Parts: sequence; structure tokens; C-alpha cells
Amino acid sequence: MHSMLISTRKGLFVAELSGNTYRVTRGHFIGDNVTLAMVDPRGGWYAALEHGHFGPKLHRSDDHGETWIEIATPAYPPKPEGLEEKDMFGRELKWATSLLWSLAPALDKEGAIWCGTIPGAMFRSDDRGATWKIVESLWFMPERKKWSGGGRDFPGIHSICVDPRDPKTVAIGVSTGGVWRTRDAGATWSVASQGMRAEYTPPEKKFDPIAQDVHCLVQCKSAPRVWWAQHHNGIFKSTNDLESWTEIEKAGPSVFGFTVVVDPADPDTAWFVPGQKDEKRIPVGGKLVVTRTRDGGKTFDVLGRGLPDNFAYDLIFRHGMAMSADGALAFGSTTGNVFASRDRGDTWSAVSHHLPPVHAVTFA
Amino acid sequence: MVSFTPNLERHVECPSTTVEGATVREVLDRVFADNPRLRGYVVDEQGALRYHMLVFVDGQQITDRERLSDPVRPTSELYVMQALSGG
Repeated sequence: MHSMLISTRKGLFVAELSGNTYRVTRGHFIGDNVTLAMVDPRGGWYAALEHGHFGPKLHRSDDHGETWIEIATPAYPPKPEGLEEKDMFGRELKWATSLLWSLAPALDKEGAIWCGTIPGAMFRSDDRGATWKIVESLWFMPERKKWSGGGRDFPGIHSICVDPRDPKTVAIGVSTGGVWRTRDAGATWSVASQGMRAEYTPPEKKFDPIAQDVHCLVQCKSAPRVWWAQHHNGIFKSTNDLESWTEIEKAGPSVFGFTVVVDPADPDTAWFVPGQKDEKRIPVGGKLVVTRTRDGGKTFDVLGRGLPDNFAYDLIFRHGMAMSADGALAFGSTTGNVFASRDRGDTWSAVSHHLPPVHAVTFA
Repeated sequence: MVSFTPNLERHVECPSTTVEGATVREVLDRVFADNPRLRGYVVDEQGALRYHMLVFVDGQQITDRERLSDPVRPTSELYVMQALSGG
């Protein structure tokens, strides 16, 4: 059975299928802020913690969560003496990990993993997290300095897509900095967000690929030329393997949101959880719904069966929705609600109504 | 003598210890040499004090949070504490 891993403000919770419903069966790191979990299909669960005072930390379990060991935290190289680097607000940009924002297995080498961080770096471990190296080609790329804050004050890498055709090809989503892709396991990078439109910039920057605040980037496993992105001001799709993006202008009650899941077996089917708008990050009308397209974005179903239909103010973050290998969907909200669907979103049932605020959901 | 906030004990062992050093940096580096995992909980990878951490030397909060150059006397008492923050 596929365990559901729910990363929350106060611990990592595991839900398991009992009959036809998921139930939370255990918790780890209770009381601590678990910002993300990653399941490596080759073995190992990884949990990113953010201790506030004591900084971000990384843990790994080799027995499905029963026991955990602390592993190394990605660390930036020494900042050259005298180098001044400021963020968009004129504050010093520290070369120090403030958040472990994305984790993915690096499938080109046994035991290797990628980690995206704030502020704006990519790291690679070749030994399951015992040691980390910054991807220098990206960190020292001049365009990296044009990235700006989005979800947080400093830019960050939140999505890592390892290409099913070639594991040395990896695309990343940056908030705010667009989409970037390497075809040589991180040696060189090129921008891949042409066609995205930014509503929040002066007119001359609207179509600047680096100005794009991608919230979440996903690639279809069975049709890897097809990509979906939930962006700060809408939904975008690429059907030509990132050569260009097309905007989906209408999607149920709103095109604003953070998360997107694409069906690994069908590039035309994708799910989103809309919020009203960037300045009002709540479900439209207090009614929580999931939107689903099954025709590549031409039309959207609005799915609310089993979800609260009034006075609901759940927000679903970018890592907050996931699909299991056997097709179950689940999402968790800032209100601590977790819902799951076994029929592709037609109906939803509650996994819990009272977890701490949910950062991320994934399946083992 | 260096003492750490008891809240750190939950994550990493850090008993009070006596080490020598002329600056906060020297003192803490000696503590971390024996307890390498503790380093990342107190300072970031550039060696600066973590944002919500505080260090007191003989009751005075240190002023150089980046280089930790504040002087320490042989009889000084150091406390590594946390600021109140978060929710």
C-alpha cells in the first residue's frame, strides 16, 4: 500500500489506507516544523526540517519512517571577502541555506539526490545526503542574480523535474526566476520559460522569461514533451518540450493557485486547487474546490464533492497535492485539512480535519 | 564556561563546558571541534550567528554577530541563547 506523507508545521504525519480511506497512523518529529518530505524510489525517506532558531536540517529514514538519522544540510560555499550581494529590497543576500525547498532523486547515479534551496541554489549529493555540493554553474550564472523573491523574500528553487527520457536532463522551477533546464546533469543551464506572461511587472518585462513567478512545475511521465505550470497569475502549458508556453486563460472559478499535478499516464489531465487571487489567497466564495482538465486545458471540471462548500479558507501550497503510484490523489491545506480521492477527484474524503498547517503531501 | 539554551538539547547534546579562547569565535570553534553537529545549530555556514540566536558574554549581548569577534576573558561566562520568536 502507498503511505501518504504529510509534512506540517508541527511534524511529519503518515496516513495509510484502511479499507477505502486513508487514516493518519503515526507522526514523526512531533512539534517540529517539517517543510518537505521526499520518497526516493530507490529507497529512503527524506525529511526537511526548519527549526527556526537552529536553522534548516535534513533527516533520512531507511525503514519507512520508523527511525531517522540527521544527515548533512546543503551549505553554501564561503562568500568571497568583500563581495556585496543584495536582494530586491536592498538587503544583504546571505550565502546561507534558509530553506530546503525541493528534493528529488538524481536518477543518473545510484544514491544521488538534488536539493533546491532558498536563496536560489541547487545542490547535489552523491551519497544519500552525507555530503552536498552546490551546483556552481547555476549559482555563479550571471542571470541568477536577476532572480527575485516570490513566495519568500529571497528567490528559491521549488520544483525539480528529472526527465524520464534522460536523467541527466533536469528542469527546475524558480520563484521568481522562470524555468531553467540542464541537459548535462547541471553543468550548463538555459532558460525555458518563453511564452509565460507576468502580470505584476512593468509592460516591457511582461514576457521576460526570468520575470516569471512559477509556483509549481510538473512534467508528464508518459508524454514528457508536455509540461504544466501553476504560475503566480495563471496556468501555463507547454506541449513542445519547453520551447514555448501557452497560457490557459480560464479554469473554473480562478486560475490563481500554487499547486499542480499532472496525470503521469495522460498529459491532458491535470489538477489544480484554485485560490481567489494573489491578494486574496482563499477559495473563491469560501468554497473549496479542485479543478481538473481532461482535454489539455480546453475545459475544466470543478470538483467539490466531499469538500467544504462554505466558510472554508484552506490554501494549498505548491507541494501540497500529490498522486500515488496507484492513482490516488491527496492534498493538504494551511487549515490542517487533508483530503484524498480514489476516483481521480470526482469525490473526496477527509483524511484529517485537525492536523497542523500542511506544507507538503507526497506518497511512498 | 559556555552554556547552551536547554531547548537545543532536544536536537543535539550540548552540555556546559569550559574552553579557552580570546574571542567568542575562538571559544565556540573549540566547542564545535569536539561537537561538530552543534555548529550548524548555532551558526550558519558562513560562521555567522543564526538569525534568532543570541550570545551573551558576562551578561552582555555580543555585537559582532557575523565574525563573533567580541572579546572573552579567561573567567568569562558565555551563554548561547535563543531569542523569543515564532509561533
